[in-house]
Amino acid sequence: MNDASGLVAQLTEVALAILLAPLLSGWVSQCRAWLQNRSGPGLLQPYRVLAKLFEKEVVLAHNASSLFRSSPYLIFGCLVLAAAIVPTLGTDLPLNPAADAIALVGLLALARFFIALAGMDVGTAFGSLGARREMMVGFLAEPALLMVLFTASLISHSTSLSTIVATLAHREFVIYPSMAFAGVAFTMVSLAENARIPVDNPATHLELTMIHEAMVLEYSGRHLAMIEWAASLKLFVYSCIGLALFFPFGVAQGGDWLGLVLALPAFAAKLAVGGAALAAIEMVNAKMRIFRAPEFLGTAFMLAVLALLVHVLLER
Amino acid sequence: MGFPLGLPSGVDAVLAAACAWIALGAAGMAAPGNLRLSARVLYPAGALVGIALAAAALASVGNAESTRVLPLGLPGLPFHARLDALSAFFLLLLAAVAAGVSVYTAGYVRHGPGAAPGVQCLCHHVFLASMALVLVADDAYFFMVAWETMALSSFFLVTSDHRHAEIRRAGYLYLLIAHLGAISILLCFGALQAGTGDYSFDAMRALQQPAGWGSVAFALALAGFGAKAGIVPLHVWLPEAHPAAPSPVSALMSAVMLKTAVYGLMRVTLDLIGFPLWWWGLVALAVGLASALFGVIFAATQSDMKRLLAYSSIENIGLIVAGFGLALLFRGFGMGSLAALALTAALYHCLNHAFFKGLLFLATGSVLHATGERSLGRLGGLIHRMPWVAWCALVGSAAIAGLPPLNGFVSEWLLLQAFLFTPELPQGYVNMLVPVAGAAVALAAALSGYVMVKFFGVVFLGQPREARAAEARDAGPWERSALVWLAGGCVVLGLAPTLVLALLEPVTQRFTGYSLAGLGGGWLFLAPIDAERASYSPLLLFAVAALLVAATWLAVRAFYHGRVRRAPPWDCGFPWLSARMQDTAEGFGQPVQVVFRPVFRIEGEAPSPGDPRPRYRETVEDPLWYWLYLPVAAQSSGPPPW
Repeated sequence: MNDASGLVAQLTEVALAILLAPLLSGWVSQCRAWLQNRSGPGLLQPYRVLAKLFEKEVVLAHNASSLFRSSPYLIFGCLVLAAAIVPTLGTDLPLNPAADAIALVGLLALARFFIALAGMDVGTAFGSLGARREMMVGFLAEPALLMVLFTASLISHSTSLSTIVATLAHREFVIYPSMAFAGVAFTMVSLAENARIPVDNPATHLELTMIHEAMVLEYSGRHLAMIEWAASLKLFVYSCIGLALFFPFGVAQGGDWLGLVLALPAFAAKLAVGGAALAAIEMVNAKMRIFRAPEFLGTAFMLAVLALLVHVLLER
Repeated sequence: MGFPLGLPSGVDAVLAAACAWIALGAAGMAAPGNLRLSARVLYPAGALVGIALAAAALASVGNAESTRVLPLGLPGLPFHARLDALSAFFLLLLAAVAAGVSVYTAGYVRHGPGAAPGVQCLCHHVFLASMALVLVADDAYFFMVAWETMALSSFFLVTSDHRHAEIRRAGYLYLLIAHLGAISILLCFGALQAGTGDYSFDAMRALQQPAGWGSVAFALALAGFGAKAGIVPLHVWLPEAHPAAPSPVSALMSAVMLKTAVYGLMRVTLDLIGFPLWWWGLVALAVGLASALFGVIFAATQSDMKRLLAYSSIENIGLIVAGFGLALLFRGFGMGSLAALALTAALYHCLNHAFFKGLLFLATGSVLHATGERSLGRLGGLIHRMPWVAWCALVGSAAIAGLPPLNGFVSEWLLLQAFLFTPELPQGYVNMLVPVAGAAVALAAALSGYVMVKFFGVVFLGQPREARAAEARDAGPWERSALVWLAGGCVVLGLAPTLVLALLEPVTQRFTGYSLAGLGGGWLFLAPIDAERASYSPLLLFAVAALLVAATWLAVRAFYHGRVRRAPPWDCGFPWLSARMQDTAEGFGQPVQVVFRPVFRIEGEAPSPGDPRPRYRETVEDPLWYWLYLPVAAQSSGPPPW
């Protein structure tokens, strides 16, 4: 029975990730619209955008290579896999022993590697500018994310994501100071990695300030649809990591069918609150200059290292 | 186990392979000007010797040690040779990479202004043979002879195009630092023989050194082998020698010769001294991490592709030394299983670095031949003209960036696990330092992703920046097969980590008393400590990822109309796009230069706003050169010797 419920949880997670990721993006922009006293485009707007893009033909630059054409699929695949290995519904996922927290960071890095290369492929000024900036954000955000995950790993004596979630969900309710530091660091990293204010603005196409959008300027049609979908997936994956590390309540243990059924609404509620919180953070911040971003991320990295040290010093 | 047909096995096979390489080199001297002889006969034969040696090394990894006293050397002081698990592992690395590089060289050599093909062939094969002999030497005398032969033959290879003053200068610097290192190693052996006058490794092993002399020997070994490996601050020769040397030579030096230095450090510390103190590990860890961060930060700002790779080698050697230092630290505290984990990570990274750095240096060689350019600022767009080289280099770049499912990720994963599962160490502040060191490793790994996007993106993607890059032709069949061999190695080492762990088991068993293979996991899952704590299965991960990507692609194909139109690049509607508007290498490295500004020595001038002929100049240099080397050079008198 264990295996069956794990498999169901695994497949549900993959399906949810693929289908609901655009909804999460839609929810965040809807919340932003409400906070700005606008009526907003509606929750389903990202799906309409995807449908429109899938209708359109692909306009490919003359010198686009096959790397450019295959990258959207690779990135999409990496992010779906990343979403699949984070335990959000149940902890006994069949993929769990194949990939741990470090592999999760590796998968996200792989997606970043390919999107940056795809940005450089056509050889436009904006493409390489975006790739350079994305990698700049990446080289500070990636170790910070790793340190956040390591703090949780040290608490649970494991890098396996399932064990981490199971341990964190079933401890007595104490607030670890290390996890508080890690939580702040993780929030900062997620904002930067998902091209959110204050590091990047998802709603802008102002060339001089953009990061993510600059890289994908040359994409169109189905390729752009895959890239946009992957961007929603990335936000979804980061939300899942955040929920798994800091709010792991309601995740089903192995073989618990009822728990699995209950995990679904709990997960949806947590995502909705998380999305609203993200919109609120974006509302009260202003976008910073691009060269303030390293300071912002450096702070996140320092906080994450501090979280590790606090754990080593105070919590053993 | 012996080979069939009465072929030599164990240490005899290694000695036979070394003799065969020397004979091939000597055959090249029979007709030094004959390019066809070298290219079509001798180098391929050298590659075959390499494959045979790899098979012999693979067969003897798990076997008992074999020794041989050679009828060579001084009267009453014969050479001793010995093959054990550590030697066999490094021989496997040497032979597998040497086979690829020899095949590549067969397609790469051509008549040029430098040394004659036969002379290069001699140096190449003597270099290979001396590295093999370093790995089996079992007394200080033999070791030093082989070590010096290695240094000299590689010096002649580096300076094979000796008409350029800068190449002579690079060669001189290399030779100088190699000899400073050699003196240090010699003194280290002097400390190890402890006044007995017996320089055989057996005698050194049997001696119980007092802690003080052991520490002196360790410091001398770290300095001596560190000079060869390129540890900060003895790294300055690497970024000079690699661009000067022909690309296959750079590949051999970076992929294999640096590893012989790692081998020497491990041999002396773990085997000959035998009882590492924990604080040696801390020293090695600090030096290794400093090298790793220094190397990767400088790599990000380079604009010569071979210098970039040279700095990246400094980074990787730094990671290896850091892993080794961690192993010493755990061993010093008597935590055998963690020491085995850290040592495995370091050795695994040696093997990985040999494959991907060899691959990338060979790829730069093909680019250099096709375009005549080493400067990143004049390349670009080569993926269209040189698809074989480009796709192999992509594998190497992704591997070096530590991305799953390739090999760089596995060793990084093991290293991070070793950092993470530091239990209660007896020293409180060491406990605190270890996670911080782990953060430094993570930072170095993330930065290497930056460096590799720069390297691959600027060389192979975008538009050609110069006419010659637009007319480049792909590598020939010899070069291609070597690139595919090394790229395949990166993939296999990434997908089958349990096989490599089984290979490393005798080594860790011998030096730490513990081994990782057999714990948890089985063949599919890599679970070095315990499956509950951490496991990783690249094969499964790769299969699921491939399935997902294929399913996505097929689904999109099925539902999508599939119309594609080719058009000029859009670039926000900017119509006058030219190749010069892409990021240059300097531009791509600029964020790193700004973030890590204090590390660099930056000199430059910016034009004033009203200047009608604005000129912008900036030089980014290594500050250690000014702090350390030039003051020393100023003290020694005389004209420059090159």
